[in-house]
Amino acid sequence: MASFHSIAGFHLVTGAVVIVGSAAAMISGCAADASRTTSSESAAERARSQAAFVEIAAVLRHPRCINCHTVTDFPRQGDAGRRHAQFVLRGPDNHGVPAMRCNSCHQDSNQENGVPGAPHWALAPLSMSWEGLDDNQLAEALKDESKNGGRSLESLLDHMAHDPLVLWGWNPGGTREPVPVPHETFVRRLEEWMATGAVSPEPSP
Amino acid sequence: MTPLTVNGTTHQLDVAPDTPLLWVLREHLGLTGTKFGCGMALCGACTVHVDGEAVRSCSAPLSSVAGRKIVTIEGLAALAGRDLHPVQQAWIEEDVVQCGYCHSGQIMSAAALLAKVPKPTDADIDAAMSGNICRCGTYQRIRAGIHRAAALAAK
Repeated sequence: MASFHSIAGFHLVTGAVVIVGSAAAMISGCAADASRTTSSESAAERARSQAAFVEIAAVLRHPRCINCHTVTDFPRQGDAGRRHAQFVLRGPDNHGVPAMRCNSCHQDSNQENGVPGAPHWALAPLSMSWEGLDDNQLAEALKDESKNGGRSLESLLDHMAHDPLVLWGWNPGGTREPVPVPHETFVRRLEEWMATGAVSPEPSP
Repeated sequence: MTPLTVNGTTHQLDVAPDTPLLWVLREHLGLTGTKFGCGMALCGACTVHVDGEAVRSCSAPLSSVAGRKIVTIEGLAALAGRDLHPVQQAWIEEDVVQCGYCHSGQIMSAAALLAKVPKPTDADIDAAMSGNICRCGTYQRIRAGIHRAAALAAK
């Protein structure tokens, strides 16, 4: 006949096994829940990142920005993005050609006569041309240090937040339409995009 | 007081810093060779040199050129160390001018081009000179004048 002790011990062991088993089940269940939670959080964060970039792209494609981020050998003018008047050309250094440099006409600030101006007024290099890019390509180009002037995400944010030529887009002078998204909002979206992994939108089909 | 060196002479100017260089030159320094055409950097008649670069003086506030070297049409020959700058000599030899109003600016732009491109092609001339407009339409003569000036400068 089993002794009380052995019966108790059996129950003790059995109970322990049950407890351990339950704990294991709980842990694996929690792990499964955690991985499911992590997976959905990751998906949600990715989606948030991509959505933030769509708002950023709207700014980058505004005429105040893209008129100088052209793929052509000339800058553009106006909200319609027409070719810059007077046969103004990019030139080998993105600052115009001899006798028709960008700063032949454009100084460090907007002028009363309507000529726009900001420090280091010039075309963006061809590696930073944004014309014709979809959201995915635009994001990839922005992140690509071989194309964006060697900028890390942090320095890219600093550039967008503080560079006076970038800020000109929100204070263009004359009758030019400023970028309609407030600059603070634009910077917040950039911060959000970068904090969520700077995920590029899906490529166009 | 704002220092400004024009044609080799440094002036101390008691002029508002947002005054366009064009009016500083014409009204404060009496250098009326530089012309007002549009006042909006669209015609090139106001072209001068700032540190060797062609600049539209109607759109350059005094504050942006303070302390820099300005050369106007009046000082161009001295810049070349000759009685006439090769561009001015060529303009005479090729009979470039009609009414003459745009030609201060045309000559300054042409001189800036030749300083950087001593033997410009027609494409170089198109690129450099398309911002200087001429109501009399002397463009073909301007092109011939620039080619002649390049040859004169090489002598």
